[in-house]
Amino acid sequence: MALPETISLSQARTDFRDTTVGRLLRRPSALLGLILLAGILAMAAFADIAFSGDPLDMAGMPLLRPGEDAAFPLGTDMMGRDLASGIFHGARVSLLIGGVAALVSLVIGIGIGALSGYYGGRIDRALMRVTELFQTIPPFLFTLALVAILQPSIATITAAIGITSWSGLARLVRAEVMRLRNSELAQASIILGASDARIIFRHILPNALAPVIVSASILVATAILTESSLSFLGLGDPNVVSWGGMVGAGRETIRTDPHVAAIPGVAIVIAVLALNLLGDGLNDVLNTKGERR
Amino acid sequence: MLTYLRRSAAQVVFVLLGIALINFFLLHLAPGDAAQVLAGESGAATPEYMEALRRQFGLDQPLYVQFLRYLGNLVTFDLGYSFRQSLPVSELILQRLPATLLLMGTAIGFALVAGCSLGFLAARRAGKLTDTVISIVALLFYATPVFWVGIMLIVVFSVMLDWLPVGGMTSVEANLSGLALVGDVALHLVLPAVTLGLFYLAIYARLMRAAMLEVYGQDFVRTARAKGVRPRRIAWRHVLRNALLPIVTTLGVQLGSILGGAVLVETVFSWPGLGRLAFAALFQRDLNLLLGILFCSSVVVVLVNIAVDLVYTLLDPRIELN
Amino acid sequence: MSDPVSREPVLAVDGLSIGFQTRRGLLPAVRELSFSVRSGEMLAIVGESGCGKSLTALALLGLVPPPGRVTGGTVRLEGRDLLALDEAALRRVRGARISMIFQEPMTALNPVLTVGEQIMEAILEHEPVSRKAARGRALALLERVRIPDPERRFAEYPHRLSGGMRQRVMIAMALAGAPAVLVADEPTTALDVTIQAQILGLIDELRREQGTAVVFITHDLGVVSRYVDRVLVMYAGRKVEERGTRDLFADPLHPYTRGLIAAQPRAGAGPAGAERQRLAEIPGTVPALAAMPAGCAFAPRCALADERCVQAVPPARRAGSGLVACHHAGETHAV
Repeated sequence: MALPETISLSQARTDFRDTTVGRLLRRPSALLGLILLAGILAMAAFADIAFSGDPLDMAGMPLLRPGEDAAFPLGTDMMGRDLASGIFHGARVSLLIGGVAALVSLVIGIGIGALSGYYGGRIDRALMRVTELFQTIPPFLFTLALVAILQPSIATITAAIGITSWSGLARLVRAEVMRLRNSELAQASIILGASDARIIFRHILPNALAPVIVSASILVATAILTESSLSFLGLGDPNVVSWGGMVGAGRETIRTDPHVAAIPGVAIVIAVLALNLLGDGLNDVLNTKGERR
Repeated sequence: MLTYLRRSAAQVVFVLLGIALINFFLLHLAPGDAAQVLAGESGAATPEYMEALRRQFGLDQPLYVQFLRYLGNLVTFDLGYSFRQSLPVSELILQRLPATLLLMGTAIGFALVAGCSLGFLAARRAGKLTDTVISIVALLFYATPVFWVGIMLIVVFSVMLDWLPVGGMTSVEANLSGLALVGDVALHLVLPAVTLGLFYLAIYARLMRAAMLEVYGQDFVRTARAKGVRPRRIAWRHVLRNALLPIVTTLGVQLGSILGGAVLVETVFSWPGLGRLAFAALFQRDLNLLLGILFCSSVVVVLVNIAVDLVYTLLDPRIELN
Repeated sequence: MSDPVSREPVLAVDGLSIGFQTRRGLLPAVRELSFSVRSGEMLAIVGESGCGKSLTALALLGLVPPPGRVTGGTVRLEGRDLLALDEAALRRVRGARISMIFQEPMTALNPVLTVGEQIMEAILEHEPVSRKAARGRALALLERVRIPDPERRFAEYPHRLSGGMRQRVMIAMALAGAPAVLVADEPTTALDVTIQAQILGLIDELRREQGTAVVFITHDLGVVSRYVDRVLVMYAGRKVEERGTRDLFADPLHPYTRGLIAAQPRAGAGPAGAERQRLAEIPGTVPALAAMPAGCAFAPRCALADERCVQAVPPARRAGSGLVACHHAGETHAV
């Protein structure tokens, strides 16, 4: 009994990897998402090599149009800062904050969702009340207040976004865990006397992975949007360049030079679009797999 | 109905308690003591007043006493005083709330009508060019930051075309009244409402398309076809009504996020609502005002959510209020 | 039996074939199926799930869902080939001349429309009558299908009704246009045994009163044996036997039919628990659509199968008043 089961499990795992990635690559929209994301990752990775100076320093004539000066392909803003350099360095900040904030809310959301769904009863009611509370307080206002009080820095912005964006995920994980807790596998483990932690981590969470993976990519996208909104309002880390902050700075000159605000906005759109496309693709691939089984 | 009301009342009380606790926590997180925070920091108030504040809030007493006092103030809607604006916080908020509600209401209305129409159209032409175009547009709007949409709309419709005002809620110089004032406000409302609405339009279009397609696969649609009901009528009467249900649920969940979006839009368009007030409070470090806004907007979300629940029961006869 | 059965068939299906369009080509699900029903007659189409009986039922109304599609044959309703009609013309026939009731009364009614609205719709979509007149007729229909307190039920939403009540509503809806043919796709499967009998009795009574021809799709031979005039047995997309009900039970000719009858619990035998117990099982399973044997599809499960069965599909042969498709039909029945 035990042997064939382990074989079929490992078999299933390799099948899973093959088909998920394979089928993702066969979807044009998901492939486009992956390519765009790879491009942004490359920009973040090579920012220092491509543009060695501080992107916040004045580099050339202010308000150059794109293409006006070959040294500044995307032009400069009213302070003479190189927009292209800002876009490359901004990719780092966006991805870093987006990724880590998503990680924070994944940890909180999965933790609360799993406890709530697994134990049920009073624990569930209490945790769901808290989740409801976090769903009620307008998340962006909450983030704003947190960052304002803690003083904006990469760390506080990341923490604030993570703390305020986990409620939807917690509900999702709770529902999945509740469903899986009643599955035969989990019930069998309970009868065999496995510890709660072991059941949750070995038997339940791995099976709830598909919807979590999909939400994770959407969480990163949302975190990037939130970060850009914060820095647009002037609540970004003042020591680093950020796409949202660049749009905010470009706002001063929209009557004469709208490109200064337009270009970094396009970067945000592309990054968020890439993650959403990837999330949609993953959703389709992981879902249809379940249906065809 | 009675159980429902009791449950919503309990929910309201819990949310108020929770936010009070969070606000209290945030007050203590801020550098300096609460009196400084409440006074708006950096010498906005006289030292005598600071001393009075410290005594009033019992800052020399244990934390739970402080919390209870704070709670007592909130319950009586005493949100404190804004030294920067020289007005009680509750008064400031009540002044600004209508503008925000107008903006949100219009944006939600626009997003619902346009988003559902597009989703409806996409589902009826699933797999065809119309569907593809709508899906791509929705995907783009879904990825576009609200503040940037606002700025780009200003560039196109105010700066380049000069069709619509850049910002504000009324033309200050005109001093209009009556119907002319309504028209003037409406003109000022177009860009902010569209800006705030586009993101949600994208969500509703995607959701509506998916919901319609799912409902199309259900047994009662097959029954309707077997009865010989015309396709158009099936779409409108049988599929649409059922597909609206998840939309209403989503709307309820997103109210908080829409309010957050309103902050950004109000900032971009100088719309004199809560969001702009919050923005001002942020930069004047008027934390008391900021937390008051956070508290009040949460209350708005709870109340509107109860209204959304009621609408849902009207749409779905299976749900009864208990 | 003195049924008011007329001579001319009101519904005549000839050579109906239905397939599923897949990436690997067309998979046939129903092949060359022919049968007919006369006014007031009740025909049962019997078979296991996946034999193509429900697909056949949907094809009678032109409702085969993609990727399925009708690949050949004709379905003549009152002389007109429905498969040749365009969607608009077909729509005018559906619900008016031929209508259908389904297996799941729980999901077959729209949850957000009242029962009355849904019945009225069946009338208003086909006839230029006022809403008031339609309402009156809908109420009469509710009364007709024996729903107590029709005025109140009319304004009720489906979730407030029991499964049996909902199926009655479905029948009322199907009868709204006084159709010539009623297709019933396992309408009693989801119901309790006592309710099953009531619904069957109702359908039987209505077809006698109105002269409606009924095509009754079921997997349960025993349930319908008391009511139907003829039985058509399907296996893996083909008709294997079609006989008068009494003949079929007295002397089943196809080994599959014999298996089906043997699998029926005998009425009145033993306590309630034993009644539901299967008495005999046919070994094996229905072959998959993609792996259909070249010869008789039943051969892999058949005790009588020989070389001939594996190689050639048995043609339908006359057997008394009926038809049977088996190389061994007429041989001794010892199995």
